[in-house]
Amino acid sequence: MGFWKDFWQFTKERKKWWLFPIILILIIIGFVIVFAANSALSPFIYSLF
Amino acid sequence: MYILGISAYYHDSAAALIDQGVCVAAAQEERFTRIKNDKVFPHHAIRYCLLEAGIKLSDLSAIVFYDKPFLKFERLLETYYHTAPSGWRSFLNAMPVWSKEKLFFKNLLKRSLKKIDYSPFKHVPLLFPEHHLSHAASAFYPSSFKQAAILTIDGVGEWATASICLGSDSGIKVLKELHFPHSIGLLYSAFTRFLGFRVNHGEYKLMGLAPYGHKASKQVEHFKNIIKDKLLTIYADGSVFMHQAYFNYRSGKSMISNKKWTILFGFKQRNASELIEQCHANLALAIQEITEEIILKLVKTATRLSESRNLCMAGGVALNCVANGKILKSGLIDQLYVQAAAGDAGGALGAALAGYHIYFNQARLATKPLNQVYLGPEYDNHSIRETLMQSGLVFQYLNQDDLYKKSAEILADKKVLAWFQGRMEWGPRALGNRSILADARHPAMAQHINQNVKFRESFRPFAPAILLQQVNQYFDLQQASPYMNIVAGLKENKRNILPGDFQDLPLKNRLNFDKCEISAAVHVDFSARIQTVSAQDNPRFYQLLLRFFELTQCPVLMNTSFNVKQKPIVNTPQDAIDVFKSTGIDYLVLGNYFVTKALH
Repeated sequence: MGFWKDFWQFTKERKKWWLFPIILILIIIGFVIVFAANSALSPFIYSLF
Repeated sequence: MYILGISAYYHDSAAALIDQGVCVAAAQEERFTRIKNDKVFPHHAIRYCLLEAGIKLSDLSAIVFYDKPFLKFERLLETYYHTAPSGWRSFLNAMPVWSKEKLFFKNLLKRSLKKIDYSPFKHVPLLFPEHHLSHAASAFYPSSFKQAAILTIDGVGEWATASICLGSDSGIKVLKELHFPHSIGLLYSAFTRFLGFRVNHGEYKLMGLAPYGHKASKQVEHFKNIIKDKLLTIYADGSVFMHQAYFNYRSGKSMISNKKWTILFGFKQRNASELIEQCHANLALAIQEITEEIILKLVKTATRLSESRNLCMAGGVALNCVANGKILKSGLIDQLYVQAAAGDAGGALGAALAGYHIYFNQARLATKPLNQVYLGPEYDNHSIRETLMQSGLVFQYLNQDDLYKKSAEILADKKVLAWFQGRMEWGPRALGNRSILADARHPAMAQHINQNVKFRESFRPFAPAILLQQVNQYFDLQQASPYMNIVAGLKENKRNILPGDFQDLPLKNRLNFDKCEISAAVHVDFSARIQTVSAQDNPRFYQLLLRFFELTQCPVLMNTSFNVKQKPIVNTPQDAIDVFKSTGIDYLVLGNYFVTKALH
């Protein structure tokens, strides 16, 4: 939550609203990367690609 | 009130700890990990700082990181957008790291800090001043000026690549900024790469190469014209516009467009192993002179906007001590202060000071502490002896007086002496506590140390350490230079007459030529990066210089950092012994121990 609070303050201050969707997509990608690195899940995710 | 400053993840990671606005400990991570310019999180440096003060993380009032990660990320994304699709490879490399770690920088910082000690530090605020504010704070607060113009110049922080600020009492006000991609630091780095040196590492080699250029020659003028016509536009206030068609640093890993530069300058990018030719030296001189021209314009603007003739400087470009010397000589300012660690490492100190004076609104001290550079680890005679016992080297304990006497005699006998005393220096220069010393009166000494001690390029010059009270006898220097960050010329009456064909001699022959009384510590153009030494700055080093002066009537010693090529300056007695054993250093002084190589 701390991250989103900081990020909201940053975009409000800088008025860079276009950063929001980009960050969201990048975080989803990051989430996939982290889970792909998890040994239990990786065979299943790997097979998707 | 303790505040910890941290710089990390780009180059030259470091930590600095301040107590009531006074730095009590500071060190670069490279000194502990033994990896030059190491960029990792500075675990060792932080541990050392806390240990030195005898505190835990939970005792801190704030932890301050030296830049704003979100703002940097914004700059990266906007740059990729502007350069798309050419930066896709760099984008794909960078984004996983950002989306996994760097975006969640606070968590990353907290996780890293938790590895240092287990004391709960949830209540300690994490602060993030802008990169150039950290630089400005590192320059202004340690200075003795009540009011000053502050000029910071480097490659890039978040968006700013240079800034002009006004420092007044405990406040800093930003007056003007130059933004990415227009950057004096990146311009200099681009030439560093083109001339075969490593970016963020070899800039001082380029600066050392410049005096070999043929001053006022047609080729240097031609190069300068090309740079000004094609690569950049310089404005009257010192700001620059860099024509991006010739540069590649926004979207690629290489700094420049190689093909275009080859056509422009008439020779290819030099490989690191390739011989340095006169055209390389001439190009180095051209970009050095243009950099000086830009910096002088910026100084003029800074003094005009701030209405102050005191100047503080920081940022990587402030380590260009040749330009610093020109600023001092220009008459544009009365006094110059360049903090010892002016580069990114110094950002850690600046971040901590900005936290103290700006965030906590604390007033500055009326008197400045004397020690602003000997802030690293110290090893007592007992621990030195323990290390020496394991080394297989011959050593003897000498009292202070005998130590100075014997060391001075050894130096006067043309021997190379490594001098390891007290607390390690903060910043890139060895200032008499982790130094290799030699008699500057022997012209061949420079070549000997380059070849047999430092194992580095033969064109690299050496610096003089001189007794403060004698500096005006030798150099045209208007103020003390205790941190070795100002270059000045040797006095005319100390110079030998050079032969007509001096400029045509090979580089190393010019360096080793008998140019003056202290040839080995003076560059080919009679310039020198001076360290003035007073009894207040460094009592032991001062005593050694004084003894040497009494013995030889020469108040100068050649002073170079105690390391070998590509390695950081030594930190521990063991590091010192390892370098001593593997190089052509004749004698080593560790604390009060005089060490020789002859085996038992």
